[in-house]
Amino acid sequence: MKLASAAGGGLLLAFNWTNAEAKPKILDPTAEAVANSIEFNSYLSISPEGIITIFSPNPEVGQGIKTAFPIVVAEELDVDWKQVKVVQAPLNTDKFQRQVAGGSGSIPHSWTRLRQAGATARQLFINTAAKRWGVSPNECTTASGVVLHKGTSKKATYADLAVDASKMPTPTDVALKDPKDFKLIGTFIKNVDNEPIITGKPLFGLDFYREGMLYAMIKRPDAFGMKLKSVDATAAKAMPGIVDVITFENNVAVLGKSTWQVMKARKALKIAYEQEFELESTSDHDRIFDELLNAPTASVRRKDGDVEAAFKKAAKVVTSEYQCPFLPHNPMEPMNFFANVTADGAELIGPTQTPERARGDAAKYLKLPQEKVTVELTRMGGGFGRRLATDFVMEAVKVSALAKAPVKLIWSREDDMTGGDYRPAVKYRFEAALDEKGTMIGYKLRGAGINAGNPTRENNFPAGAVDNLLIDSAEHKSPITTGPWRAPITNFLAYAEQAFLDEVAYAAGKDPIAFRLELLEKAKKTPVGDILYDIDRMRVVTELVAEKAGWGKDKSKAQGFSLYFSHRSYVAQIGEVTMKNGKPEITKVYAGVDCGVVINQSGAQQQTMGGILDGIGHAMYGNLTFKDGVPEQSNYNNYRLIRMKNIPDVEVHFVDNGIDPTGLGEPALPPTGGAVANAIFKATGKRIYKQPFVEQDVLKGVS
Amino acid sequence: MAQYKLNINGQTYQADVEPDTPLLWVLRDNLGLVGTKYGCGIAQCGACTVHLNDQATRSCVLPVSAVGNSKVTTIEGLSADGNHPVQQAWDEVDVPQCGYCQTGQIMTAAAFLKKNPKPNSEEIEAAMNGNLCRCGTYHRIREAVKVASTKTK
Repeated sequence: MKLASAAGGGLLLAFNWTNAEAKPKILDPTAEAVANSIEFNSYLSISPEGIITIFSPNPEVGQGIKTAFPIVVAEELDVDWKQVKVVQAPLNTDKFQRQVAGGSGSIPHSWTRLRQAGATARQLFINTAAKRWGVSPNECTTASGVVLHKGTSKKATYADLAVDASKMPTPTDVALKDPKDFKLIGTFIKNVDNEPIITGKPLFGLDFYREGMLYAMIKRPDAFGMKLKSVDATAAKAMPGIVDVITFENNVAVLGKSTWQVMKARKALKIAYEQEFELESTSDHDRIFDELLNAPTASVRRKDGDVEAAFKKAAKVVTSEYQCPFLPHNPMEPMNFFANVTADGAELIGPTQTPERARGDAAKYLKLPQEKVTVELTRMGGGFGRRLATDFVMEAVKVSALAKAPVKLIWSREDDMTGGDYRPAVKYRFEAALDEKGTMIGYKLRGAGINAGNPTRENNFPAGAVDNLLIDSAEHKSPITTGPWRAPITNFLAYAEQAFLDEVAYAAGKDPIAFRLELLEKAKKTPVGDILYDIDRMRVVTELVAEKAGWGKDKSKAQGFSLYFSHRSYVAQIGEVTMKNGKPEITKVYAGVDCGVVINQSGAQQQTMGGILDGIGHAMYGNLTFKDGVPEQSNYNNYRLIRMKNIPDVEVHFVDNGIDPTGLGEPALPPTGGAVANAIFKATGKRIYKQPFVEQDVLKGVS
Repeated sequence: MAQYKLNINGQTYQADVEPDTPLLWVLRDNLGLVGTKYGCGIAQCGACTVHLNDQATRSCVLPVSAVGNSKVTTIEGLSADGNHPVQQAWDEVDVPQCGYCQTGQIMTAAAFLKKNPKPNSEEIEAAMNGNLCRCGTYHRIREAVKVASTKTK
């Protein structure tokens, strides 16, 4: 058994467009399916038999990048999509920049690079054909991977031209297509891995197998704040299939010949722990949040005007607090990684959103130069930010190094859910000062977080639209580990802020959309301080979704509005709630999305719909609580995720503005909680101030 | 350890494993049939769904010793070349995002449609509710089951 997606391994030699003298290289003939191919740049090779291989460098975590990147290259190269074979490239920092799946940043970073890679190769084929035919390149054009000469009707395929082209100088300053001529970009293109996914081929890290490898699982402390005291592994070592038990740091690793044998032996370990740090419970966190929110000082993030004076002269003040629990990422594929550490180097294969960080951390720990560590990327069974961290990679590296064996390290679902790196718990206090006309003259936000860093996004709306504004934050350091979780911070902050602005609009006696449009208008006419969002794009998505949902037209519909700018994209949503048996049920969510050019209609729809369901699911059900440092939920029997019966209809509309594309893996999620909570208020007159929604009074008893 | 002869995808496989080993891990670790996925290990997510005598079954909680002579079908054996109506529908509707849960979804849908070839939306939701998709592809899963039902004779 060989992992299909390892096919990109063994490519050779750096080539960089900035070096016009560099010549394309013949690929390593052992590289699967691209034998005899000629590499025209980091992204592209063509075989004389006509196979066009496009390498996708960024980690595929379900965001569709392995489909989206090659679409852009193929567009400018001017080939038919069916001619293209897509291969996942391994980590190669000579060829590629920013091989990261995070921050919804891949598309904005690579858009122009990908276009140039395709367009430059296309021009190279034109130049090659023109030289062969003794004509001017200006008289030649391309279509479907063929160069055509207008005057003589001469034709040559890219495959025919490939060998000659590899000897030609690389063109520079090549013109890119006019977007109106796009043939692939903006169409519905299916996931390039559909066939192996739906037939169950080995694609994921957990599927990886290497002859002679050992399976390993680690017993970590049950409670955050405990450390290892002593280990008795006698019984575990005597169990069938067990090869070794290795202790390092606070971990006890069991190595064996199959996953089940290792799982069973791990249960037979006799381990004593002792307390190292405070063992925190959720009730402690509730108390700590109130202390932080009431503390006389905090870290000031943004200050405009004179907030105290504004609140003193206010005709009306609105104050509310919003709270969010810790959340585990819960990708369907638990953490895992393969490592083979030898005296000469280390080979790492598996699911990571940050291969370069993995290589760097491994090289540092093993005291090896970076070039002695290779990282191959498997398709990831979700990540949601969890695989940005390298803790599980380093566990595999350490166990392999200590065992002197190739090791596939596996986390169980319970390990995954109780193993930390959570979305930090936070609590916010918002305060708004309104004058007698209902204008918001003052705005205060304090964010209190547990290992949250800055839990605010101080330059986001409504900053810039309020004359007197103070945003600050306070932090509690906890033994409970945290990390980025899809749309970090804004995944809850947006709900809190958008629900609060809804409260303020009602307090001001204004329509919630009209209230926001007024604020945007003010930010445009008389901006206060720096404004880091595009006011017109905010307005356009608002108007788009309001029109599509028929905002305010049907008074029998309970609708809630929400608008958020994050990760460079703009998303407005309207939620609709219907009362069923006296309880509110979310029946529909409309989304207006501005991510600039939509590269793939199918993928963009998926990311938006998936983001909205993620937003609803976690707002409704997500809740990880602690008792004496131990997470109280550990698997899907006591931690609830959204299921098919819980989904509302979702309708997505994109703004068509031709602006360079921005990311979409995250931006659809943040506004959803607000749209839903505001619609629930419209239906019931009750505000929701805390996640999970299903545990709040207004939704108690809803299945 | 004990020897088990298993009837999987119309072939006989042998595995030398402990009797309590879940079928899931026999498939994955011993037989190299990794299309059946591990998600939770407690029959809560459906990623490990296989057919046991045509019934959708969670292989993560089924000890190999309980399989006996039952006919096991995994995603690798659902069709000869990936052209089962449910697989075709999954591709046409472009269901997968990360793709990890989808083989389990497909196996659940295939067993369901065999019993109920022309389901309505509520029946689809009831049948598919036990399978988690963390990416939230549920709208397309529902649509793909409908599309598959039009392909099933």
